[in-house]
Amino acid sequence: MDTREKDIEKLKDYKYGFTTDIENIKAPKGLNEDVIKFISNIKKEPQWMLDFRLKAYERLKILKEPNWQKPKYPKIDYQDLYYYSAPKSMKDKPKSLDELDPKLLETYKKLGIPLQEQARLNGIAVDAVFDSVSVATTFKGELTKHGIIFCSMSEAIQKHPDLVKKYLGTVIPVTDHFFATLNSAVFTDGSFVYIPEGVKCPMELSTYFRINASETGQFERTLIIADKGSYVSYLEGCTAPMRDENQLHAANVELIALDDAEIKYSTVQNWYPGDENGKGGIYNFVTKRGLCKGKNSKIAWTQVETGSAITWKYPSCILKGDNSIGEFYSIAITNNHQKADTGTKMIHLGKNTKSKIISKGISAGFSDMTYRGLVDINSKAKNSSNYTQCDSLLMGNKCGAHTVPYIKNKNFDSNIAHEATTSKISEEQLHYCQQRGLNPEEAVGLIVNGFCKEVLQQLPMEFAVEAQKLVGISLEGSVG
Amino acid sequence: MSEQLQSDFDKLVKTSKFSNEEIEFKKNFLKNFIKNGFPNRKQEDWKFLDISQIIKKNISDLSFFNDYSQSNKIDPSILVDGLEHNKIIFINGKIEKIDFNLEDQNKIQIIDETKKDILFDYENSLIDLNSAFSDKIFKIIVKKDYSLKKPLIIYHSTDDKIKSTNINLRLNFELGENSCLKLIDYFTNTTAKNFINIFYNFNLEKDSILKNYKVDKFRNNNLKYSFNNIEQGNNSVSETFILSAGSDYFKNEINCNLNGEYSSAFVNGIFSLKENQQHEIRTTINHLVENTKSYQLIKSVLGKNSKSAYQGRIFVNSKAQKTDGYQLSKAILLDETSEFNAKPELEIYADDVKCSHGSASGSLDENSIFYLMSRGLNYQQSKELLINGFLMDVVEKITDVEIKNLIKNIIGLKE
Repeated sequence: MDTREKDIEKLKDYKYGFTTDIENIKAPKGLNEDVIKFISNIKKEPQWMLDFRLKAYERLKILKEPNWQKPKYPKIDYQDLYYYSAPKSMKDKPKSLDELDPKLLETYKKLGIPLQEQARLNGIAVDAVFDSVSVATTFKGELTKHGIIFCSMSEAIQKHPDLVKKYLGTVIPVTDHFFATLNSAVFTDGSFVYIPEGVKCPMELSTYFRINASETGQFERTLIIADKGSYVSYLEGCTAPMRDENQLHAANVELIALDDAEIKYSTVQNWYPGDENGKGGIYNFVTKRGLCKGKNSKIAWTQVETGSAITWKYPSCILKGDNSIGEFYSIAITNNHQKADTGTKMIHLGKNTKSKIISKGISAGFSDMTYRGLVDINSKAKNSSNYTQCDSLLMGNKCGAHTVPYIKNKNFDSNIAHEATTSKISEEQLHYCQQRGLNPEEAVGLIVNGFCKEVLQQLPMEFAVEAQKLVGISLEGSVG
Repeated sequence: MSEQLQSDFDKLVKTSKFSNEEIEFKKNFLKNFIKNGFPNRKQEDWKFLDISQIIKKNISDLSFFNDYSQSNKIDPSILVDGLEHNKIIFINGKIEKIDFNLEDQNKIQIIDETKKDILFDYENSLIDLNSAFSDKIFKIIVKKDYSLKKPLIIYHSTDDKIKSTNINLRLNFELGENSCLKLIDYFTNTTAKNFINIFYNFNLEKDSILKNYKVDKFRNNNLKYSFNNIEQGNNSVSETFILSAGSDYFKNEINCNLNGEYSSAFVNGIFSLKENQQHEIRTTINHLVENTKSYQLIKSVLGKNSKSAYQGRIFVNSKAQKTDGYQLSKAILLDETSEFNAKPELEIYADDVKCSHGSASGSLDENSIFYLMSRGLNYQQSKELLINGFLMDVVEKITDVEIKNLIKNIIGLKE
């Protein structure tokens, strides 16, 4: 059996479908002021943080769940969810990796990220999130040397309140849409990154999210600030265990790039997509938004979305600083009964701002894929330009591929170009590959990887390999 | 507004000659409209230009009553010269003349269809409004194997007598097997603030050809909405050309169902907008069976404070393999206050298809202007030449030579 077949074998029984048996501390079920106070209290948060949450909750009361999206889902009962759960053994936080609960470590091993090894061999600092509380943060020493802050959100609230106070909620305000506001009210933990002026982060920062306890919504909050002239590349990888009921994931990610700073944010998401009948799976309703606040700043989103029952997210860039650049590279693959409604928003406010969107959608089985994007060039954004390309590939006639771009040009100095195509893998290409000795599945894998190449090459090395494999695996069984 | 609608409707019933059955029918449409009101930006299709706001802003005292018992004098100066044609003359909300004298009378039939229901699904309250307040509804049938010798021009005309009024027109067309109709909608409105709501329903049988040219060239302050529903049978062809330039507000909507194999639909449009004009074209092409084709080309030239929007949707059913769909929208923004919006949408459920869309917007190319100026043209001339060339592309798509020349004359485009 070659490695490829092994990968397929693993996929058949969802590789990450296990539950770690750790007693959880849970907040009482439901959403109300007391639960928010409970979360705030258990995390020993200062008053301003609690006020922030309560303000969001007040707003949430009058907000309605949006319903304009293409993939519809059964109504979520927000009173029937737990908003906080933490592994009990975390109550007294471990000082180092060795003190960690062996069961936790075991979980990560199954996930393929043994902390110590990963830390030592790959030179990646991992801020692993187990359910809602950060387990450990590695490579701290190296980062501290450069003055970089990379810690969990709760730690940042305690230790760097000035920074958090200054930036939290500035890109995604508490009064944003329903899911973002929900997150602002009940977020549990997440990552916080601050890169000081002029520092180029020496390593890729990485987080592995993991949803564990049953019936727990996961509400992550990530805040990344790149100060003047700094650079950071952040990786986010996600896996979740198998569950029958649908789980809600409503995270908020805020990026802020000041003058001449650059943030690269890469995501590989392969959460549990539900079984082949469309039962179970994660609802991935994430709000990701970056603000190019300073001049000459740059934010690049790269995403490979292969998991989740429903993916509904639009990583966006607000190009406020003059000469700032926003980029969005995306591969979204849906198979079986998965549904995705994803894309980006590029909002040009500053002069000479540029944005580029490359989106590749692949749908197979009974799935449905929508690219939805907005390019908005404001009247003050002189001499701005945008280029959008979104291509879709269909496999079989039970699936759907849709493109819904919104283009608004209010500036006569600016250029917008948009292109989209929809096609299938041509018989000629398949024939050519097979003639040269590849079997049909390999041929499809090769062609699909070629189709996605423009995006894959944007990923950092470690991710690119994993992503490339994932692309192949996600489509297994769809060729026929 | 609902009280006014009701009282205007009662007035209409009193002055008209509708049968009781027809009135009952209309009452239903009125009820629907009162329930939904004018569409607004909360509805996806009206996101870019909100008609309910635009009407409120432009016509504060909109009245829905139109006295169909009064007839209007036809002003011969509005008629198109230099092209023999059949006529339907529509003045101030009333059809004053239907004239097919140039054709074989046995091959054309006109029937009253006031009682006929609308046979397709729609979520558009303006169609309810139209059906409630329009006069008698006629259906024009072109019989099997007959091609009209001359084009039909529908004159849409208003004069000073009418102001702040909602005018509704509805016509149905049926093109029999292997027939052909060339239809020009010609708008000659003098400057009065009216809201004109037009609804055409076309039924194209096997092998028939429809060519519809909408010419709204002369500057006026009316608000207009036009909806074409086109049902196409096997091997039929529909060609729609829209020149959107005259009115304060004009939204053209084309809903085209390709029900028959090898049918094809073409939509070409020009926006040429100046001060404060807001125009929109929205197309929905539904590819429902195999081997159908659609092609759309929309170009805008936008002056001061003007705004254009293009929403194009290509839908491909899972049965509709071998579909060929194409959309292209291009815009030139001439002023810092002009705005272009586009939403080219693809919704595809079949895998063996070729669908693509493109959209580009920007300013006039300075290099090209430089090139022309270096050859002796002044700035204004170079600009005009470039714009002419840009728009000529769309006019050249018109397949009927006679009409192409007519439209070129109307626009003032020179080759």
